[in-house]
Amino acid sequence: MLLIHCPYCQEERPELEFRHAGEAHIARPTDMAALSDADFERFFFIRSNPKGIVFERWRHIHGCARFFNAARDTVSDRFLATYRAGDPKPALDGEGA
Amino acid sequence: MGEETRRIAPLEGRGFDGEELRVLPAEPATRLVLRASAEACEDLSAALGLDLPRTPKTTSSKGARAALWLGPDEWLVIDQAGANLVAACAGVPAFHAAVDVSHRNTAMLVSGPRAADVLSAGCPQDLSLHAFPVGAASRTMFGKAEIVLWRTGEDAFRVECWRSFSDYVLLLMEAAARDV
Ligand SMILES: [Zn+2]
Repeated sequence: MLLIHCPYCQEERPELEFRHAGEAHIARPTDMAALSDADFERFFFIRSNPKGIVFERWRHIHGCARFFNAARDTVSDRFLATYRAGDPKPALDGEGA
Repeated sequence: MGEETRRIAPLEGRGFDGEELRVLPAEPATRLVLRASAEACEDLSAALGLDLPRTPKTTSSKGARAALWLGPDEWLVIDQAGANLVAACAGVPAFHAAVDVSHRNTAMLVSGPRAADVLSAGCPQDLSLHAFPVGAASRTMFGKAEIVLWRTGEDAFRVECWRSFSDYVLLLMEAAARDV
């Protein structure tokens, strides 16, 4: 079982307590109604889905219930960093970031 | 010919009482899920008569009342004497949400030298005393059910769960007790 560090509980907790919540750092457009269909599609549906480092939202749903962000390697499934929602992407040293 | 009605607790008459493991339904209690920002904490603590804990996985208690840290702005307050907790918070003007969940949850008291091992059969957290000391509490999982686990003594836990999950939680505990 993976142990995931929750930035709010400030400790590693078993992955069973967590739920994945999609890609992180997607800025919601300030004027949604003004978007063209193509721009809306890009914002709403299109995700980067890389092989390697991804920045994702996670939720400690069966713990403190908070959303937070994580950098994870999709190849090794390793969590490289977790940080509070609203914080900028952390600098990742090594790990091919 | 009057008919009598009587409230039946979810786990009434259930549980087991062995030498090394006791699982008994807890007495009815009043419960509050409290959501509040840091600014409201002091006033709510004063109104409830205990300090709302600010540290993850901790509790504070006074008499029959306890507050369990669930999240950075969320607590489960339990009063085993049945006091009206909503009324206690009603006079606090600071912005907060206080929802009475007395009947949503039920609880069982798990104790004895095998308690931690049996709970570990369904709970993925480290329940050793250094990681989950006396007084620690956390929302977590037991099998497929969400619970709030509170260690009240070295060999004693209070397991809070939704009443509709309580049958499952107890049966899983019984199965674990046979195997562990
Ligand atoms: Zn957490």
